[in-house]
Amino acid sequence: MNAEALAFYALAAMVLVGGVLVVQSRNLVHAAVSLVPTLLGVAGLYVLLHAEFVTAIQILIYVGAITVLILFVILLTEGATGLRVRQRNEQVPLALLVCGGLAVLLLGVLGRVPWGPPAGPMPPYNPGAVGRSLLMPYVLAFEVASLVILASLVGAIVIARREK
Amino acid sequence: MIGLSHYLVVSTLLFALGLYGVLTRRNAVAILMGIELMLNAANVNFVAFTKFVDPTFVRGHVAALVVITLAACEAVVGLALVINAYRHLETVNVDQVDLMKG
Amino acid sequence: MARLAWLIPLFPLVSYGVLAFRGRQLGERAPYVAIGAMALSFLLAWAVFLEQVGGASPFVWRAAWAVGGDRVITVGYTVDPLSSITVAMITLVGGLIFVYSVGYMRGDPYYGRFFAFLSLFCAGMLTMVLANSFLLMLIGWEVIGLCSYLLIGFYFRRQAANMAQMKAFLTTRVGDTLMLVGIMAVFWQFGTVDYHTVFEAVRERAREASAVVRLGAWEVPWATLTALLIFGGPIGKSGQFPLHVWLPDAMEGPTPVSALIHAATMVAAGVYLVGRAYPLFFFTPHHEALAAVAWVGTLTALVAALIAVAQDDIKRILAYSTISQLGFMMAGLGVLGYTAGLFHLLTHAFFKALLFLAAGSVIHAVHTNNIKEMGGLWRSMPVTFWTFLAGFLALAGVFPFSGFWSKDEILLEAYHHNPAVYTLLTAAAFLTALYMSRLVAYAFFGRYRGPQHPEPDPWLPEDYARAGLHHFPGHGHHGGHEPHESPPVMTVPLVVLAAFALAAGFVGIPGTGPEGGSWIHHFLKFEGFKEAGIHAPSFSWLLALRSLGVAVAGIAVAWVVYGLRWVASEQIRAWVGPLYPFLRNRMYIDAAYAWVFVRGGLGLAAALRWVDVHVVDGLVNLVGWVTVLVSRLHRLFDTYVVDGLVNLVGWSTRGLGLVLRPLQTGRAYNYILVAAAGVAVLVVVSLWRL
Repeated sequence: MNAEALAFYALAAMVLVGGVLVVQSRNLVHAAVSLVPTLLGVAGLYVLLHAEFVTAIQILIYVGAITVLILFVILLTEGATGLRVRQRNEQVPLALLVCGGLAVLLLGVLGRVPWGPPAGPMPPYNPGAVGRSLLMPYVLAFEVASLVILASLVGAIVIARREK
Repeated sequence: MIGLSHYLVVSTLLFALGLYGVLTRRNAVAILMGIELMLNAANVNFVAFTKFVDPTFVRGHVAALVVITLAACEAVVGLALVINAYRHLETVNVDQVDLMKG
Repeated sequence: MARLAWLIPLFPLVSYGVLAFRGRQLGERAPYVAIGAMALSFLLAWAVFLEQVGGASPFVWRAAWAVGGDRVITVGYTVDPLSSITVAMITLVGGLIFVYSVGYMRGDPYYGRFFAFLSLFCAGMLTMVLANSFLLMLIGWEVIGLCSYLLIGFYFRRQAANMAQMKAFLTTRVGDTLMLVGIMAVFWQFGTVDYHTVFEAVRERAREASAVVRLGAWEVPWATLTALLIFGGPIGKSGQFPLHVWLPDAMEGPTPVSALIHAATMVAAGVYLVGRAYPLFFFTPHHEALAAVAWVGTLTALVAALIAVAQDDIKRILAYSTISQLGFMMAGLGVLGYTAGLFHLLTHAFFKALLFLAAGSVIHAVHTNNIKEMGGLWRSMPVTFWTFLAGFLALAGVFPFSGFWSKDEILLEAYHHNPAVYTLLTAAAFLTALYMSRLVAYAFFGRYRGPQHPEPDPWLPEDYARAGLHHFPGHGHHGGHEPHESPPVMTVPLVVLAAFALAAGFVGIPGTGPEGGSWIHHFLKFEGFKEAGIHAPSFSWLLALRSLGVAVAGIAVAWVVYGLRWVASEQIRAWVGPLYPFLRNRMYIDAAYAWVFVRGGLGLAAALRWVDVHVVDGLVNLVGWVTVLVSRLHRLFDTYVVDGLVNLVGWSTRGLGLVLRPLQTGRAYNYILVAAAGVAVLVVVSLWRL
């Protein structure tokens, strides 16, 4: 077992355990905090996949911004815990069945698809490659995304503003 | 050797977890967290496919970045909606927010 | 500079926009906008032109406009010697005519509108010249056709003007339709309408055996067919026989319009187009399309010159003269005189604009168009007289005025390539000198024969009377006081144009260019000639003297008859017998068209009306009866069958809704669960099919 495999299994465990805690914790604050190892684990997977730029963005936006935002909203709404309130709805058994079944099915598909040998090497300096891709062939996606950000900023302000 | 399918297994499981969270949670914020898990699972897929299938133009990274961006937008708007709903309906439990029912 | 050429048509277009929306408010200030825009275009056009003179290489800019599969229609502009010199000429002549119009149209209640139309015209004309493809050219072409229509009918309360504008529009439409078909043929053949691409392809294909198109029993080479279809446009627009009839009537428009549109620029657009599309005409088997152009031009030159001899209306004489000179240009292009024809286009623009403007100045002073009611004007209108004389000498082809050089070029080419055309054109040149001398003798010499008691213009509308005008500018009858010279705003453009009418020909003097040729030959040349081994004939003293002799002879004959009156013109009329009424009535061509097309059209309409009333109406009534009957039956069917079905559907939907309502919980997570289960099912299905 080499170092890469070791790192992968450690990160995968971190991601999945974190994920289970996110969906399972009764305490919402715990759930939100559990989001942090999950997202960090995903960032670690990105490192293993040579996606340095995506890693940086993952940490900045997900771990840094979104998690904090979620914590804030929890504090603003239900109080710190919400422990006195039922956290699950009535379709838990059905959901377990569907999610489990879907996961099993997809894993089965994974096993049956011949993925072929790894393709060529990654570009040596891939933040640069990402930048070129973003600003040349995918500039439309880039611009549309920026437009969506603007719209959601405005939308969030309008929605969350306290009405006089 | 860690191959593509290892990453795909992790992402599949993460996706299923997220979906489970979305399906079973009553609290809107918790549902949003489930959605974030699902989006992360998709991103892992994108980045893994980039490495193993289509490395030349790092198209998967671009897709992942766009998804992260949109996830941020979605979180902002979603949480704004939660705050607004809480202000008006005094609850963030989605089974009590059933104005869609005819 | 060439990169900025797209601005040249844009300035007048902006001016049009301003004047169209704010012309009324601007009132007397409207010309400043139009003239300012023209001045900018003028400066830019001359900068571009001088750059080309300095040896800059041609510049083409194009962008995809419409893309259909692998066929791309481009839009753009082309700057080369031909387009740059034409644009330079248009902006110069146009600018001067704008200035002249300030004086000529002063006091007209629709002053702003007039300049708006003129600006739009210039925008269209410049677009047409600078266009890079047949399609953009067609757009400019149609815009100038529209402006011609609008400006011919500018005095829109005059019935004659309304008739004339319709005649112009419909007559040119015949040619334009042919040209449109020709452009479609080009697109069909080459998949593009871009000049450069098409001409290259034409040249390539000329080397191969020419494909033929079957037209009934005939086998026509497609290249010739396409070229002749395209030539339809120039026949209409440039007043070539047999579609020339609209141009003399177009003189109903204000005189600056006649000068700008119907003498200098728009009617020359057809000649320009033939020059621009020269490869299309040249690369036909035995240059047969060019031969057709040559013969149409020659016929036009001769017929129009003959008719001009027997006319009395000063503007009509000039109009027929224009037609005749356009015929010269076409003939020049047709006898392989590429440079000669286009050179004549440029010189003609100067001196014919000059002649029209001077004629306008005369009309302004004497308020009649009839040369027999003028006379002795050289004394009272010296500037107008001397400038008109310069234009006259240039048109008649007297050394060293510009017309001499360009007409001589055409005759030289004709002499070498088509002797029959040469003979006929020489006769036309003689007639040109004759009718112009007659005009000058009647209008400027002798004594003043103007009417003493003017009649008010019967068509004069109220708004003109309110504006203090007792006649349409340039059209009313007026007397009482002696004719007087026009204001400087009108005479200064005349003087400038006279200078050009004199000097513009100097670029055609042999020896002004490299290798003993003339400068214009060096500047405007067709590359295809060199490949085909055709050389421009060198200057010949003998031919030059001969054409000068012909011009002098024409002037002399006219002087004897109309100036000195040694032979009374009535006597000549008696000698020629029925020829005079034949020519005076324009060879009955207009009458024939009126009989065939107008009466024919009316007759057809009457016949169709009869059919309408008796056959179609009867059928319609029958159909009505049947419909009523059928709809009664329908009603019964509707009430019992259709309504029944509709009610059934309504009830069943309602029942189903009651059953399905509990499924709609209104809770999003229920729906998501179903969706996720659906995804799982889809995965199963796709696995099963795998």
